[in-house]
Amino acid sequence: MSVIVRHFRGGVHPREGKELSCSKPIQTAPLLDKYYVILHQHIGAPPKLLVKTGDNVKKGQMLAESGGFVSAPVHSPTSGKVKTVEWPGPSGTNMDAVEITADGNDEWDVSVKHDPNWDKLTGDDINKRIANAGIVGMGGAAFPTFVKLSPPPDKKIDTLILNGAECEPYLTADHRLMLEEPEKVVTGAQLLAKVLNVKKIYIGIEKNKSDAIEKLIIESEKRNVVVVPLRVRYPQGAEKQLIYAITGKEVPSGKLPMDVGCVVQNVGTAAAVRDAVIDNIPLIERVTTVTGSTVCNPGNWKFRVGTPLSKVLELVGGINKQPAKILLGGPMMGMSQYSLDVPIMKNASGVLLLAKEEIAQYSSHPCIRCGRCVDVCPMSLMAGTLSLMIESENFDLAEYTNVMDCIECGSCAYVCPALRPLVQHMRRGKAEVIANKK
Amino acid sequence: MFELVVLSVGLVVCMGILLGLGIGITARVFEVKQDPRIELVLDALPGANCGGCGLAGCADLAKAIVAGKQTAAKCPVCTSDGASKISEILGTKTGQNVVKNVAIVLCCGDNVNAKSVVGYNGIKDCKSAILVSSGAKGCKYGCLGFGTCAEACPFDAIEITDDGLAVVHSELCVSCGKCINACPKNLIKLVPETVKVHVFCSSPEKAPVKMKVCKVSCIGCRKCVKNAEKNQMLMKGFLAQVNYDDPPPPELVEASGCPTKCLRRTDDH
Repeated sequence: MSVIVRHFRGGVHPREGKELSCSKPIQTAPLLDKYYVILHQHIGAPPKLLVKTGDNVKKGQMLAESGGFVSAPVHSPTSGKVKTVEWPGPSGTNMDAVEITADGNDEWDVSVKHDPNWDKLTGDDINKRIANAGIVGMGGAAFPTFVKLSPPPDKKIDTLILNGAECEPYLTADHRLMLEEPEKVVTGAQLLAKVLNVKKIYIGIEKNKSDAIEKLIIESEKRNVVVVPLRVRYPQGAEKQLIYAITGKEVPSGKLPMDVGCVVQNVGTAAAVRDAVIDNIPLIERVTTVTGSTVCNPGNWKFRVGTPLSKVLELVGGINKQPAKILLGGPMMGMSQYSLDVPIMKNASGVLLLAKEEIAQYSSHPCIRCGRCVDVCPMSLMAGTLSLMIESENFDLAEYTNVMDCIECGSCAYVCPALRPLVQHMRRGKAEVIANKK
Repeated sequence: MFELVVLSVGLVVCMGILLGLGIGITARVFEVKQDPRIELVLDALPGANCGGCGLAGCADLAKAIVAGKQTAAKCPVCTSDGASKISEILGTKTGQNVVKNVAIVLCCGDNVNAKSVVGYNGIKDCKSAILVSSGAKGCKYGCLGFGTCAEACPFDAIEITDDGLAVVHSELCVSCGKCINACPKNLIKLVPETVKVHVFCSSPEKAPVKMKVCKVSCIGCRKCVKNAEKNQMLMKGFLAQVNYDDPPPPELVEASGCPTKCLRRTDDH
């Protein structure tokens, strides 16, 4: 089965920066004294706390249960004592969290055990285990995975796509995962396909990761999984662009991938699904790239969820000069952090430390109508025109001009010669349109 | 040649007379009768067209007043003089005394007292700035000082100080209320002009949290509550508030000795 790869419209190709960490094998972080697990780590309803200060928990024990349909539980990264605290989250505000003081035994909860009969599980059983393991989209969006796997009955799903594009510059976590644990990724993909009852499984990988492509092709040869090498172009890993590249289907404006019969999952999510279904291990650790010119030893690490950034920097061997910006995620869509207390979340694909000369410090200028933002927009929007509408608070017109289709990839702001903060304008526009609807 | 000139001049004159007659007759036949009082009421209204009344400008309100659908009290800008003038025109009794309100920004944490914890170089607009971790300020309830309220004010009554704090000039404020919706932090309230003392803090956080990020926040010590008469000052959680129905005298500022000086007079602000 071969696939004609299509090129999505627009996009940019920023300097990759992946050479810093792409050849570094994944290391496992040692046990720490304290972990800070933020409860609300996903899109949707906040979970309900199950433990209270003073309780003893085991590794993998549920700390908070799902608080609605679109929600996910969180689990303890180690065994130890619980304290409920307010802790700075990556969005810049204090959030409800649980402090775990490790007892050093790192003892697993009784619920965590290998299931030898896992291949006899039905799709519903698998999905239940995924929900209980608190698995969320690990590429960055943190959308609860089991919700994506439970489409309404009128939506017929025929394709599962695993996202191994990793188009964000600097990040190599997915790359290393595919290279070192291809079995987990492919098995996870098959489990996901079983839940959705689909036959077509694709893994999309950008061509700059040729070693990972080879590994996965060998792994997936007899397993009904097709590996698709993709053009190296940001945002290749965006859901709608990936679907177009592999299937040629375009997700209509305002619709979801399930409307064209596709479900997209990150490769990291697939590996976590495999652990959750076969070994009953909840999502308590993930592969994160720690990189940037100011890091002494850039590399890929398996951190437990709840490791504060200060400890992350200690573990990787410190910094060689003062970073000017610390990002959770990649340089295009990552979130800038102001506190080193912020912990690693389930969706933290990278920790990026940039030096002063690498970050843009500029003031914006009037739009010169060169149209470069229109050329690069992967969603075919007119970013410059939209920003002018939003600046003049004409939100009705902005909505009519499809501001809600913006995926905030930042390609427009990347090429803008007038240095306009276009993504912030778009976010303002989207926020106002949503507020007006309420 | 001469005849041609006479002819053309004559033609134009005749046409002018005919068309003029036409216009005159049309104006008589299709005349729209308008109450002359509307014009008078419109003159008595402030004429700022701020939209504070909820209608499309002063002319619309004047029509509504003459039609008896609204009273002059609907206009938040109108002074008691203006209101009594309108009553005179309409021949009604003078309405109840119109209490003048003014807008006030309930925050005194400027860039010196309430520091920013992060560098922000995005759009200089409060509503855009709150999208980035709800503003760069350490206090999540503080004035961001980008002047979105000042831009919204049609009367230039709001000034952004050099230290980045929005301050209302009460003598210019006409309480149209446009700034209230402009502030994403909901710091602006309309209060009676007669009240001269306010708690310039809106943060409901606990004192240790507030003190870390702002030197002039209300720490909930209740000194002002103890020194005021009963019910003049109210406690809302960890935040003291002036009871605007029964306001304390301005002397309370000296009497209470607010340790963070966030209880202050409007004039000293």
